[in-house]
Parts: sequence; C-alpha cells; structure tokens
Amino acid sequence: MSTKRVRFTFPSELIKEPVIYKLGIDFEIVTNIRRADVRDSMGWVVLELEGDDEIIKDGLDWVASTGVRVDPVGGDIIEG
Amino acid sequence: MPHVKCLRCRECGSEYPIEPLNACEFCFGPLEVEYDYESISKAVSRESIAAGPNTMWRYHDFLPVDRELAIDISTGFTPLIHAKNLGSQLGLDKLYIKNDSVNPTYSFKDRPVSVTTTKALEFEFEVLACVSTGNLMGSVAAHGAKAGMKTMVFYPADLEQGKIQGAAVYGPTMVAVTGNYDHANRFCSELADNHRWAFVNINMRPFYAEGSKTLGYEVAEQLGWKAPDHCVVPGASGELHTKIWKGLQEFNDIGLIENLKTKMHLAQPEGCSPIVGAFETGSDHVTPVRPETLAKSLAIGNPAAGPYSLEVLKETDGTGVYAEENTIIDGIKLLAETEGIFTETAGGVVISSLKKLVEQGKIKRDEVTVAYVTGNGLKTMEAMGDFVEPIQTTPDYETFQTALAAAQKS
Repeated sequence: MSTKRVRFTFPSELIKEPVIYKLGIDFEIVTNIRRADVRDSMGWVVLELEGDDEIIKDGLDWVASTGVRVDPVGGDIIEG
Repeated sequence: MPHVKCLRCRECGSEYPIEPLNACEFCFGPLEVEYDYESISKAVSRESIAAGPNTMWRYHDFLPVDRELAIDISTGFTPLIHAKNLGSQLGLDKLYIKNDSVNPTYSFKDRPVSVTTTKALEFEFEVLACVSTGNLMGSVAAHGAKAGMKTMVFYPADLEQGKIQGAAVYGPTMVAVTGNYDHANRFCSELADNHRWAFVNINMRPFYAEGSKTLGYEVAEQLGWKAPDHCVVPGASGELHTKIWKGLQEFNDIGLIENLKTKMHLAQPEGCSPIVGAFETGSDHVTPVRPETLAKSLAIGNPAAGPYSLEVLKETDGTGVYAEENTIIDGIKLLAETEGIFTETAGGVVISSLKKLVEQGKIKRDEVTVAYVTGNGLKTMEAMGDFVEPIQTTPDYETFQTALAAAQKS
C-alpha cells in the first residue's frame, strides 16, 4: 500500500460527475480530500489517495481518460 | 541562519520546523520561509549591505542559510543598465534592463540554486537533483560540482544537444526520461517522494524560491535605494514574480527603501499563459494549460505559484500580459539591436510584453521601469531560426562594393 497526493482539475462539463466516488468504489482506492474549490465554471480538488501502487496508477489513468486533469499537488516540476 | 523563524503554510497557516518539506501535512498547501524581521532590521543597514561582496550574498541576512556555508560561484549583483536606446524606441525615458543573463551559468536560476545547494549541504543531503529543460539543469550541475555533491539531472529525452552538453560538462549523472511531459512530471515527483535526494524545486522548494528575492533587493539598491514604478517579470511558475515583490516588500518593511508603489507586471508567452489567462478573465483560479510555446523556459502549464502571482498582480495594480508567439523573436532582436544584449526567448517575451504595456498606456514615459532579462540568448540559438542574410562576395574589392551597394538599396 502506498499514498499519493494529487490535484484534479475539472472542466465545467464534468463538475457534476462523481469521479472521486467512482475512484473509490470501482478501484477500491481510499480518497481523502484536503482542499477544494468547486464553482459553476470549474473545480479543483487536492486529495490523497491510498491503495496498491498499480491500482492507483490504473485509477489515475481512468480519471485522466474522463477528461479530468491530473497533476502533482505542487504543480509542474519540470522547469526551464 | 539567525533570522529564520519557521516554515509556514501559505494556505492554512500551519507552522513547521526548518526541514526539507514542500507541502503542508494538513492541506497540502505550499510552505514559505518566515523570518524575524525585527532581528533583520537590527542587523542590516544600507551601509552594511553596500560593504558586502559584489554577489547576491551581500543580502545573506534575508536568506534562509548561513553566509559562512554559502555555495557561492559569484552569482548576482548583475548589471542594471539604463536602456536609453530601447527606451527611446518605446517612448520611455527611464527604462532599465536588469541583465541577469550574465550569471555564472547564464541565467537567474543561479540565485535560487545557490541558496538551495547551501541548504542541501546543511541538511546533509548527498545528492542534489532537478528535472529541467534547460537553465535549471545547468545551474544545478554547476553548483553540485562546486559543493562536491553527487548530482542527478533529469530531462526529457528529446531535449536539444546544446542544453544537454551545457549541463553535462559539470559532471552530473544525466538521466534522459522518455515519454510525454505529463509522464515525466509525475515520474520525477514520485522519485522525490521515494529517495532522500535534495530535489531543488520539489522538497527544497521553500528555500529554493527565496533566492529569487535578491532580484528585488538588487534593483532597489542599484536605483539608489528606491523601488521602481514598474517591474516587468517573465512568468513560468509565477514564483519569480512573487519573490521579487517579496524582496521589495521586505526592504520597505524594514526601512531600507520607502514609499513602495511598484506595479508588478507579469509577462507570459501566448502559447503558455495560464496566469495571464486567469488575470484577463478576473478569475482567482489558474486553469492548467498544455504548453505550446517557443519560450521553453516559460513552458509551465500548471504553475505552482500561479494563484499567488495573481494576488501580486491585484495587490500592486500590475497587469498580466502575453506576448504573441510571433513577436518573441522580434523582442529578442529589438533588445539586441538597441542595447547590445542577447537574451533567450523568455527575454523576448518580456521585451514584447513591455512594448504592449507601453502601447496600452500602462507605463508612462517618465516612470522608472525595470524589465527583467533572466537568461542568455546563446542558450536558445535554435529558436532564432535561419534569419541571417549575409552579403555574398568573392574576395576582391570591386565585387564587394557592388554587392554592398545592392544590399544597401534593398
């Protein structure tokens, strides 16, 4: 088991989708929301995920496939 | 490190000891170094600073490391040039260029990396690391060499040879990461979690960011202990913008300068302008973008300090402005042809954005304006393309005269 801290950014059309709920139910990943800002036009959620390494990876790939952007909590780390 | 109090979360205010931490354990917000300004104000004066070395380390009382331990390769105290020729073209009488492209590895990155390397040794890290597409990798490799540390430099596998060689010459372990940008970003973030390495812009980020404050101090000192009316700063993560402002604020708060009213403008390239995009729509939320820009050193689609940069724009009545991609090279050439300074693409973004700010009436002719040029043009030669059209001649005088006359007519 390991943990991963990530940030999900939701485009407006996906704000009402229960993406985090499905991540927990379908992938059996424990989700722990720490900070969020959800509005009509956009939303972001910072959360910690706990589960098997491979399952977390599969889960994040699925989240990205829905159109939700997945980033490390600290923003981009590749600098010029 | 006599004046440092703690690390504090920028979001929830939680306090942490001075350790290699990046994020708050409660809300995962970024951490910032907090100082005892009363102690600093007793320790420094204009005279004590002026008596210091001609490097960024003359401001050591404002940095989170001990001066005696500094890994110093003579970074900083770079020229502030009164740009009369460029100013004349743009309609500015008091335009200054802060030329930070003359640092030891030819970019401003030497400032944050110098602080970070010093701190990494203090924390007894054996490995200094970064993930970079250019300026940062060269600086980390150079400072790692000076510090005698093992150095790991990660970079996208398709990076230009010139940039790879520019870092490799210092002797780090070079690691080429295949795959797309997002995968490399995620992979290196995981590496930082799983190795006890000093990743300069990940687990060392609170200390790393502090080095950029010196670009605020220097400008104020070089202007005769006065803050400029305007600063035009290139924007990638947004951290440079916030830290130059923090530096000016610190000088003002302890009385080294007075009457701080600087407008902090932010310049991004059109192909990667998430902070400017939020500014223009009046949003306090920075929506990540996928970078597609010529200005590779500004290609951060999900800027860590984006929201704080927006706060600085709001607080200082600054303007977020983007340079159209097809004006970046124009900006580089304009600076080179008027002031004899060859900057990289980020500098082209700054100069083109400065021009827009003047055209928009945001900057007036008699206002003191500082444009930050943060990297050397020799680093991004490939971006210049094939723009040279020489006069062709055989080695005889008549042919040359004829060719010259024809060229002057066209």
